[in-house]
Amino acid sequence: MASTTEYIVHHLTFNNVTLSGNEGGFWSLHIDTFAMSAILGFLFIAIFAIVARRAKVEAPGKFQLFIELIVDMVNTQVRDIYHGKSKLIAPLSLTIFCWVFLFNLMDLLPVDLISWVNHMTGNPEAHWRVVPSADVNTTFAMSLSVLVLIIGYSISAKGLGGWTKEVFTKPFGSSPILWPVNFIFQMIELVSKPISLALRLFGNMYAGELIFILIALLPAGAQWALGGPWAIFHILIITLQAFVFMVLTIVYLSLAVEDH
Amino acid sequence: MDINATLIGQAITFIILVLFTMKFVWPPLNGMLEERAKRIADGLAAAEEGKKQLLNAESKVADELKKVHARANEIVANAEKLAHQTIDDAKLKAQLEADKIIANAKSQLEQDLFRMREDLRQQVSDLVIKGAEQVVRAEIDKSRHEKLLAQLKAEL
Repeated sequence: MASTTEYIVHHLTFNNVTLSGNEGGFWSLHIDTFAMSAILGFLFIAIFAIVARRAKVEAPGKFQLFIELIVDMVNTQVRDIYHGKSKLIAPLSLTIFCWVFLFNLMDLLPVDLISWVNHMTGNPEAHWRVVPSADVNTTFAMSLSVLVLIIGYSISAKGLGGWTKEVFTKPFGSSPILWPVNFIFQMIELVSKPISLALRLFGNMYAGELIFILIALLPAGAQWALGGPWAIFHILIITLQAFVFMVLTIVYLSLAVEDH
Repeated sequence: MDINATLIGQAITFIILVLFTMKFVWPPLNGMLEERAKRIADGLAAAEEGKKQLLNAESKVADELKKVHARANEIVANAEKLAHQTIDDAKLKAQLEADKIIANAKSQLEQDLFRMREDLRQQVSDLVIKGAEQVVRAEIDKSRHEKLLAQLKAEL
């Protein structure tokens, strides 16, 4: 029996594969995160593409109605928040919501399920973390993509000159003395968006995962007393976090195209 | 927190997913929903239109019915008038015919009477002449004169 610390560390270690040949450093890949998110992403687009292909205007099935419910929810949010016309924002929001929801949903898998599978398949020491959103790489990958879109939308709405002017003249005024202050404020605002997006999701999911691991350390007969309520509460958290990530993305993009 | 190449991989996956959703998932689903919304709106508009048309038709039917009633009344009144007129005409005609028949009968009667009178007169005059002949003859035979006159008297 491993010690408590070893148990926790084992559960929080990624299945890391180096790309450059040296251990550690930037050029390495979390195979578990990458594979899980790819599988979940494929699941998402497969289900939605099949439903979209078979969608009937009249007499839709129950599953189609369920998918429509999600599409309609996303559509309502986009219409309420983003007032311009964009072919990208609605599909982007749908992808974010569903993908992040599926990431978070993995948090509800029993923490030792994967370890048990590893034991059964003869790799007791293998690491495999199933919650891709508890990996900063995933959350930052998404939030930095959103940052690129924010900048792109700003430039396409206001022009490169217009956006540059805004960066130097707002929020305090157009006097040249204020340019550096304005610029610093704008950059802080810009950079804080992806950081807050990424860390909010990561923090919630990482904490949730950690608490599940801690609950798993309790005696077997007592785990349900804490694990049950926490799992039920977590159903709310995972949906809410997916929703928040989506809504904030729409809000940021809508702020990018509107004048301050 | 260790940021590494996973970030790039995840970003690529994310971009692929978004592009796929944008191309193959969102447009058909959203188009289908819009189509359904349009159909529902069309259906409601059609129902509203139908209701309006029904009201129109009902008022039109009521109008027509009123018109038809008026027309029927008119026809009945005309028919009654015609019938009355026909009867009056027939009466008049019959009266005229009857008058004519009566007049004819009267004139026939008068003619007959006249002819009978003529006949009678003829006979009387014949008898008178006969009588006169007898009388003239009896002047010669006085004894038989009175007897003959009495005979004549009886004949008349």
